[in-house]
Amino acid sequence: MIQGSNLTKRYPGGFEALRGVSFEIAAGDMVFVTGHSGAGKTTLVKLIAAIERPTSGSLVVNGQNVAALRDSALPYLRRHFGLVFQDHKLLFDRSVLENVLLPLQITGFGAREAKKRALAALDKVGLLGREKAPPIALSGGEQQRLAIARAVVNRPSILLVDEPTGHLDANSAEAILDIFRDFNRVGVTVVLSTHDTQWVERYQPRLLQLDHGQLV
Amino acid sequence: MNAWFSQHRAALVRAVRRLLASPLNTLLSLLVIALAMALPLAGYVLLDNLKSLAGHASGNQQISLFMADDASRKDSAEIESRLKQAVPGAWRFVPREEALKRLQDSEGMAEIVASLPKNPLPDAFIVEPGERSPEALEALRQTFSQWPKVAHVQLDSAWVKRFDAFVRLGRMVVALLAAVFCAGLLAVTFNTIRLQVLANAAEIEVARLIGATDAFIRRPFQYFGALQGAAGGLLAGGGIVLALRWLAPPIGELASLYGAQYALAGPHALDLVAVALFGALLGWLGAHLSVSLSLRQLG
Repeated sequence: MIQGSNLTKRYPGGFEALRGVSFEIAAGDMVFVTGHSGAGKTTLVKLIAAIERPTSGSLVVNGQNVAALRDSALPYLRRHFGLVFQDHKLLFDRSVLENVLLPLQITGFGAREAKKRALAALDKVGLLGREKAPPIALSGGEQQRLAIARAVVNRPSILLVDEPTGHLDANSAEAILDIFRDFNRVGVTVVLSTHDTQWVERYQPRLLQLDHGQLV
Repeated sequence: MNAWFSQHRAALVRAVRRLLASPLNTLLSLLVIALAMALPLAGYVLLDNLKSLAGHASGNQQISLFMADDASRKDSAEIESRLKQAVPGAWRFVPREEALKRLQDSEGMAEIVASLPKNPLPDAFIVEPGERSPEALEALRQTFSQWPKVAHVQLDSAWVKRFDAFVRLGRMVVALLAAVFCAGLLAVTFNTIRLQVLANAAEIEVARLIGATDAFIRRPFQYFGALQGAAGGLLAGGGIVLALRWLAPPIGELASLYGAQYALAGPHALDLVAVALFGALLGWLGAHLSVSLSLRQLG
């Protein structure tokens, strides 16, 4: 489903975040991308989501070579993904519900169907009843859940998650990771970057370990 | 189709919300746009009134045919039948007796007329052709003057030509004004939308990350620009209508002092609709350019 070969990402200034990384992720996998900070975890996630382009190498997602994709095709590729960002990227001038509605408006759902789906997504992450609240009124863990609801509301086949547990205590982190495991159990491919290896034992994911931009 | 409709409706709702979210800014932008549109519109209305004023000023676009002194009633009947064919219904016959009687009726003329040994006035025809372009009038004058026993054909064509040239010049000035102010309107929309895009940069970034096309991102801004332009156009039209209503009494008074009746004609409802549509189009275009440029810069 996701196939990277010999991926290199060099930033302006010469810093190489990834060097010759090759990997393959099958549909339905649960993958943790681990490594110290600066190892290239976030870069790898960004490459898969086509937020950044590799300097060299090829990256095939769902049969499409992302590295060679035209800019105008990117939006349609991204709709296959559910993205959860490290900083959540919530819209603070909209209610919780409106945040979750955004991806559905982008794909063009009718208002009634969209609301039904959005409420279902909020239910899944345990935020039902908070849909009218502004995101600023949510705790860190709840904001993370809101970001997850927004990512899954379009029922994507791949969930890309960047450092979901960074700012959370162990209990909240576990609750969040459980949500991802539940999605994985129903067939969603989950690629999750984390510096925190304490969860490996509990979730038994496939590991992509990065060290200074290279796979270990 | 349903998706398309709901996306457009959502974009429209967002645009209206943005307009209402900062009423003072909206009002100021509307005023600037309305001013930019009001000036050419006022010019247009003025020209329109001048043209109709020229139409009112009777006699100026008439052609008078004077028969020769020795022309008999029979000759006049001949001209009559030719006029029937050339300009059906647009002429009338003024027999010399009637002309004399009218002259007698004029103040102070009765005695003079009474002292005349015989009626010095010829039979005459007054023609008011439907086609009023200077070329057509001139052509008619030429035709008439070649008819038998026609002594003189009078057409104040120099006046008509001068007026026509003036109106044409006025029209060009108005067109130039319109072009300048259209550019101004584009610039105003471009700028307001640009500020909005910058203010909504976070939202745009998120929308792009989760699969929004550029068209999706542009849409609410386009509606915003179009609504703003249309509202500005209506405001301009409303302003002109109010100004004309305010000017109407003094102008009527002025006209009556000159023994005339004249009422200013305002823009038609259709004109107002056209101005609003044009404003919407320009607003849409300004927004489109602005967002496209900003999106390219955001990368």
